[in-house]
Amino acid sequence: MTGITGLLDRRRTVPQKYIPVLVTAGLFVAMFVAGGIRYENFATGQIILNVFIDNAFLLVVAVGMTFVILTGGIDLSVGSVVALATMLSASLLKDGWPAFAVMALVLVIGAVLGLAMGAIIHYFEIQPFIVTLAGMFLARGLCYTISTESIPIDNPTFTDIAQTRINFGGDLSVTPSALIAVAVVLIAAYVLHYTRLGRNVYATGGSEQSALLMGLPVARTKIAVYTISGFCSALGGLLFAFYSLSGYGLSAVGMELDAIAAVVIGGTLLTGGSGFLLGTVLGVLVLGLIQTIISFEGTLSSWWTKIFIGLLLFVFILLQRVFSGGSRRRAP
Amino acid sequence: MSRILKHRLFWPVVVLVALLLLNLVFTDGFFRIEMKEGHLYGSLIDIFRFGAPLILVATGMTLVIATSGIDLSVGSVVAIAGALACMRISDLSDQNSVAGVLSAVGIALVLSVVLGLWNGFLVAGIGIQPIIATLILMVAGRGLAQLITDGQITTVQSSSYKLIGGGYWLTLPFGIIIVAVVLALTAFLTRRLALGLLIESVGGNAEASRLAGISARGVLIMVYAFCGLCAGIAGLMISSNVSSADGNNAGLWIELDAILAVVIGGTPLSGGRFSLSGTVLGALIIQTLTTTIYSIGVPPETTLLFKALVVTIVCLIQSPAFRAKVFHRRRRPVPASTAPEEKVRVSA
Repeated sequence: MTGITGLLDRRRTVPQKYIPVLVTAGLFVAMFVAGGIRYENFATGQIILNVFIDNAFLLVVAVGMTFVILTGGIDLSVGSVVALATMLSASLLKDGWPAFAVMALVLVIGAVLGLAMGAIIHYFEIQPFIVTLAGMFLARGLCYTISTESIPIDNPTFTDIAQTRINFGGDLSVTPSALIAVAVVLIAAYVLHYTRLGRNVYATGGSEQSALLMGLPVARTKIAVYTISGFCSALGGLLFAFYSLSGYGLSAVGMELDAIAAVVIGGTLLTGGSGFLLGTVLGVLVLGLIQTIISFEGTLSSWWTKIFIGLLLFVFILLQRVFSGGSRRRAP
Repeated sequence: MSRILKHRLFWPVVVLVALLLLNLVFTDGFFRIEMKEGHLYGSLIDIFRFGAPLILVATGMTLVIATSGIDLSVGSVVAIAGALACMRISDLSDQNSVAGVLSAVGIALVLSVVLGLWNGFLVAGIGIQPIIATLILMVAGRGLAQLITDGQITTVQSSSYKLIGGGYWLTLPFGIIIVAVVLALTAFLTRRLALGLLIESVGGNAEASRLAGISARGVLIMVYAFCGLCAGIAGLMISSNVSSADGNNAGLWIELDAILAVVIGGTPLSGGRFSLSGTVLGALIIQTLTTTIYSIGVPPETTLLFKALVVTIVCLIQSPAFRAKVFHRRRRPVPASTAPEEKVRVSA
């Protein structure tokens, strides 16, 4: 009996829950086609790969953000943690630390920072927005304490990773960073959809109270997602260090907003409990493609870039709302 | 005594007093207020004067947050208002003409309200989540401000415009008077009339208040428009104080400070209730903190660390769960009975 109703339920809800992701995918394809018609040399595979290469760090950060947002929380500290990771690696490498020790230490520090924020959020019941805002100040402050100047990285391991290109045949190639980002996405998708932790993340986001009453480990889940986000931010910071080969306290300012925007464009609800990692990937790709189109346009001043990104964000969210119908609409 | 301890503004006041005491110990003459050429001078006056834009922005933000929304675009609105006013004034033949400055100020404020209405339309009309709806204007608004000033820092030499943010009236800095008027009006409208109740009911449950006959949409749009107006006035103050408009940096991250002020003042981000006096207190704490950092000589590189520390402490001691777990460890039954009650209320 329950099986039949469950089946009926599923038949009704399956198309519904995939609609936002499908809409984003459709819009991405439409943008790509429009760009291909408008500009020469646009519609090539390398353009898509370049979007991955240029946004590998954002992709990793957005993956962590997806976990947090799925539980109904938010993490504003990611941009600062990215900057802290680049700063720490640059200054430790300058002091002669071995590259792999630096990477390990940076990842551990990011995870511990996330763990601490998650613990404060859960055990002391302070709103995630505020705790992670304090975390953002803390990480940014630590950057400035290390140095207010930009520190170049000339460690051979880091420059090797930055300069390596992996060929796919033809003219297609990617950087190791892009592959790392894709690996992170795959692992995260597996964790979210095929493990107990993933189930708990969705359940906690759907209703924390119900999850608690069902006996799910809400405390562990909430702390885990912030730890994951901290870890992903630190990893994103490392990728950013490979990309820019320097550490600077002012880098990645506002990246938390890019990450949140990517997650939301991907169809994940900020109220938690609903969304897919694939959507986040598409969200990052869309943001990256917007930037690519703007650079192809060439003549735009920096302020027009900002206006266009805002405008496209608006069009995007509007279209998504129109296509996915009124069912996901929040009151009023 | 216990009633004072339970008062929701008790802990913010304690923090503010602690910060002021820190200044009393470390800074000579911090509490001295002098009369020079008919104007009041002193560190305390400065806290109010430089905190005025933040108090204004936070006031608008309080009402938005009370409807369980959030407005990330205030920083951009600050920049746009300042940019537009300065551009209009720099186009005047006589930059000191009162009528010209008034029209520039008027146009800037009208645009701020329009931007607020746009936010309100996105949130209430289309139903986009507030944080995303206002993120659009936050990103695009910086570009708009730079578009208005053509990417330059526009400077003006207008004594009438200078009055708004840097002038004095009745011995007090003019900015403080503007803030007092806006606060008094807001307090009257929300606490003496039913408006505050409507805002809180929309924040508690928009659908239920709509069914109860409240125009939830109207309330939401109005609140965002008001927030835009407050940000616009703050933008005029900031640009008038330095007699220039910087599309890129004016009001940068003021939205975060404003949200922080609102939360420190005891308004929950989940909406449904708000405290204007708490917000003012929160904004004063943030401004006092900034002043303290400079006056006790914390190195500029570590100001953010200091800020993170104070914010964490303020939020921790305000959290009932933290107090129950840390301060009442010996009296176990007390936290056990209060904690679940708290949870139910939060999730409801």
